[in-house]
Amino acid sequence: MRKTKDNVGLNLRGGGAKAVKAFLQKPGAASVTASVLSIVIGLVFGLIVLLCLDAGRALPAFTKILVTGAANPDKFAKVLYQAAPLIMTGLAVAFAFKTGLFNIGATGQYTVGAMFALLAALSWKFPWWACLILAILGGAAWGAIPGLFKALLNVNEVITSIMFNWIGLFLVNLVINNVPEMLGSYYGPSGAERTARLAVANPDAIIPKWGLDKLLGSNYMNIGIFFAIIAAIIIYVILQKTTFGYELKACGLNKHAARYAGIKSGRSIILSMTISGALAGLGGGIYFLSGVAEYVLTKSLLATGFNGIPVALLGASNPIAVIFSGIFISYIFVGGEAMQPEFTKEIVDIISAAIIYVSALSLLVKTGLEKLAARKKREREAALETNGVEAVAAAPENGAEFIAAAPENGVPLEPTDLAPGETGRGILPDAVLKNREEAGEEEYTASRRPSGEPNIDMSAENDNTTTDGEEAL
Amino acid sequence: MNVFADILSGTILFAVPLILVALGGMFSERSGIVNIALEGIMIIGALVGCLFLSAVAKGSWAPGMPQLTMFLAILLAGISGIVFSLFLAFASVNLKADQTISGTSLNMLAPALAIVVSWAIQGSGQTTIYIPTWIKITQADFGFAASSAPSFFERFAFKSFYLTTPIAIAIIVIAAVVLYKTRFGLRLRACGEHPQAADSVGVNVYKMRYAGVAISGFLGGIGGLAFTIAVGSGFQSGVSGYGFLALAVMIFGNWKPLRIAGAALLFAFFKIIGPMSQNIPFLPSFSGVKSSEYIYLMLPYIVTMIVLAFTSRRSLAPKAEGIPYDKSLR
Repeated sequence: MRKTKDNVGLNLRGGGAKAVKAFLQKPGAASVTASVLSIVIGLVFGLIVLLCLDAGRALPAFTKILVTGAANPDKFAKVLYQAAPLIMTGLAVAFAFKTGLFNIGATGQYTVGAMFALLAALSWKFPWWACLILAILGGAAWGAIPGLFKALLNVNEVITSIMFNWIGLFLVNLVINNVPEMLGSYYGPSGAERTARLAVANPDAIIPKWGLDKLLGSNYMNIGIFFAIIAAIIIYVILQKTTFGYELKACGLNKHAARYAGIKSGRSIILSMTISGALAGLGGGIYFLSGVAEYVLTKSLLATGFNGIPVALLGASNPIAVIFSGIFISYIFVGGEAMQPEFTKEIVDIISAAIIYVSALSLLVKTGLEKLAARKKREREAALETNGVEAVAAAPENGAEFIAAAPENGVPLEPTDLAPGETGRGILPDAVLKNREEAGEEEYTASRRPSGEPNIDMSAENDNTTTDGEEAL
Repeated sequence: MNVFADILSGTILFAVPLILVALGGMFSERSGIVNIALEGIMIIGALVGCLFLSAVAKGSWAPGMPQLTMFLAILLAGISGIVFSLFLAFASVNLKADQTISGTSLNMLAPALAIVVSWAIQGSGQTTIYIPTWIKITQADFGFAASSAPSFFERFAFKSFYLTTPIAIAIIVIAAVVLYKTRFGLRLRACGEHPQAADSVGVNVYKMRYAGVAISGFLGGIGGLAFTIAVGSGFQSGVSGYGFLALAVMIFGNWKPLRIAGAALLFAFFKIIGPMSQNIPFLPSFSGVKSSEYIYLMLPYIVTMIVLAFTSRRSLAPKAEGIPYDKSLR
């Protein structure tokens, strides 16, 4: 279960008296707090690993992870340069998550997008913007395939994506090997295993820098990061502000209900995957048209596509948050490279894995904290009542208890007055939603309950059921 | 004929890790936990198994008893897989976290951990863990000498025969029996289909799900070692996406043990004819295309997709997979 926006309505209804508490109870703030907490725990875990490996050199290395990315403009430019494709693949994964799909095929779409961009740049001598459009189309085509398979043939998109990652990789290698102008060896003596340098083959295809390279004094810098940010904003608007985005999300939340409401679910699945693929494809284009990177023929899938998954998860699949999580992941990657050779840069992967693992648990921590706060409040109120003081504060604060109690049912309560754009529920698998639908009746009544009505026993009720379950044997 | 013997033995060699891991995934999903962490579990199993093998290879007793050593390595790989899979079980059963997310994080953790551990043990930059060659089962183990011109059967049987092969065959049978003929199997399946119903008749869903994930950890760990053996060039901190392929094979096999074995064999067959295509007379050689090996490398994936396209309409996933079980939601 991820932190969701579902609690918004309830939370606002709660209207906490104290500003700090109110702030912490805002789901946005809680999400950020949870993410930051996960990052801190992940970093501490990384530090422990470093200490275990070589206690003497652990602290300097750890400092490198933390500061290298901001140490000088050149490194910062590198952070942004690597962040752009990460944000794009992160967006691809996040967008699919939001629409109820798991796009594990971002790496394939990224590779195919990169290939189309390079084909256009090196073989057809297109300008950079035309190459980027082709990258988008290539990624979209590769993303559409899992969508088509799911919508028309009922094949799980995870499987199709995995298969087409490999098919895409080998296809790309095949194409590059068979188009001589694409290889470095066409222009010079070396480079039979990598694509040609754009500066030599077609300088027009390099994404313009608009003076940013001079500003930061780094060749890595170009306007690619702005494309990533713009794409994130567009995706945010589509998902949150348009009927189209709402349809896609509704379809992800409950295919049957969406169909009942007149949404063509098959069409939505195909479109979701196509857009997701287009995002990843653009990422490939941005990275390989930078003028700094060349595509090296390889038989293993490119990591950037897979790293989109942690970027999306860390950003809780929120397109705007993905910008920051992409920059953060890129930042610690740059720091990890600076750790070498004393430590392997894979330590950073361990850190990001730990962050994701903890963030998967963070909802639980959050719930626990809220429960604790609610219990304290209850005790205080009880004390007040014994003093003969009317517990006026009790009524509005039950809202907070709803939140605390909700995730214990496994499903956050459904706010009844939810705005159309507010259903974004992240990345729950279909099955969860199906389950949720079954449990819907119960939630409904619970959330309908007037907020003034005492609701203190709710968690106690749950506890009873739990013990019942254990007794049955 | 020798080519066919090689193809058959190669098919089995590459099918073994797929079978093991896909069966592992089946147990986990049948209990209701989507185990996307199979890739990571394989890596950890391979890491521990290979570290053990390379460590004992320096000693004197191990090469004297190769199969016993191999058995221990397999056991260790399985146990390490269990330990690693418990992270997934803890997150998804006790803490009711999203199974895909915790699985993904374990997949990220495993290869990084493998590199860190192999560097720490073997020295900086020494990523590859080499495994000894004596783990192969030879004719001598059966008490007869290898003939100079091996027959079809001899070539098929001993070209690449490792202890993992008979173990995998045994596990197919055991898995089918356990899943369909025992009380445990029935309960496990119930937890994946309708955990509330299972709980209501006294089955401890949490325990069953832990068991499902632990079995997948055990088989995944062994599968990782089997994969490293099949590749033959030592362990390089990864299993090249075989964990995900196993997931595909499991879905392809419709969550049923025998079908999974069939699916794995089909996939492995198309995987193996790529490198061997030069020696097979009737296969097109694509001489007009540069680097035509990539065409054959794509083949297993394309074949799988074609078969899936025709079969998946009848695909029946366990109904409750992916849903954290909550007792209060009956």
